Amino acid sequence: MPTTTIAGQAVEVNDEGFLTRPDQWSDDLGTELARLIGIELTADHWKLVRFLRDDFAHQGETATLRRVSTQTGTPIKSLFDLFPGKPAKKMAYVAGLPKPKGCV
Amino acid sequence: MTTHADQTTPFVPRFDAPESQGRKLAIICSKGNLDMAYPGLILANAALGEGVETHLFFTFWGFDMINKKTSGDLKFTMLGNTATHLPQGLGGIPGMTHLATSQMKKAIADLDVPEVPEFLDQIVGSGGHLWACRMSADMQHLTEGDLRDDVEGIISASDFIELTEGAQLLFI
Repeated sequence: MPTTTIAGQAVEVNDEGFLTRPDQWSDDLGTELARLIGIELTADHWKLVRFLRDDFAHQGETATLRRVSTQTGTPIKSLFDLFPGKPAKKMAYVAGLPKPKGCV
Repeated sequence: MTTHADQTTPFVPRFDAPESQGRKLAIICSKGNLDMAYPGLILANAALGEGVETHLFFTFWGFDMINKKTSGDLKFTMLGNTATHLPQGLGGIPGMTHLATSQMKKAIADLDVPEVPEFLDQIVGSGGHLWACRMSADMQHLTEGDLRDDVEGIISASDFIELTEGAQLLFI
């Protein structure tokens, strides 16, 4: 696995740049990952990132956009507003998780 | 082992790479069976999640997907579908279409995939565009009032071709 240095910390990433070890993630790292993809995290972002982390810990896989929307009660449109373009992948990246595998 | 640790620039996914900008997808939905409604919905949803501008054009039996009266009541039948690998005669037994439909709906719900009306809500919420075919509307004597409120218009085939200029196209 390649490594890269983010916020002064060496982290393992896959060939797309997603973190491969969820245990290397921290709030500070999440803030920096978001900044690197042009997002400044607000309380609304954090609520989703925390859900993703918690859900991954229980389910063993990254929540799809639909799951994030239904489980957190956040309209899909808001997810696109908060993480523009590719919300599911961007959210997973900021949360230090693999991109979701599910189709819907 | 590759290392980027000594580089000053962190290795970050290229979410907004310029070469992936401006991609458009047009999906023509021409079927009104439950099983044939889903491929278009799933692909549209996936494309929107990848930041692709997506337009769905509903024509002929595909109108059942956006007609408020039928959208939540699409059916699956074994008749004419050899992929069930069951005797075709079974499909003609009264109640069999209802049973097959219920089973398919359950299988879809078990995957946490929404029913057709809710799926279209999600697609529109993701920025997808819904269009209805003029000729189909005229044939079925339907107007905008019969269709979901988020259908952006009843347009001609030429209008659709024009507004999806440069798009990749799927016919389902």
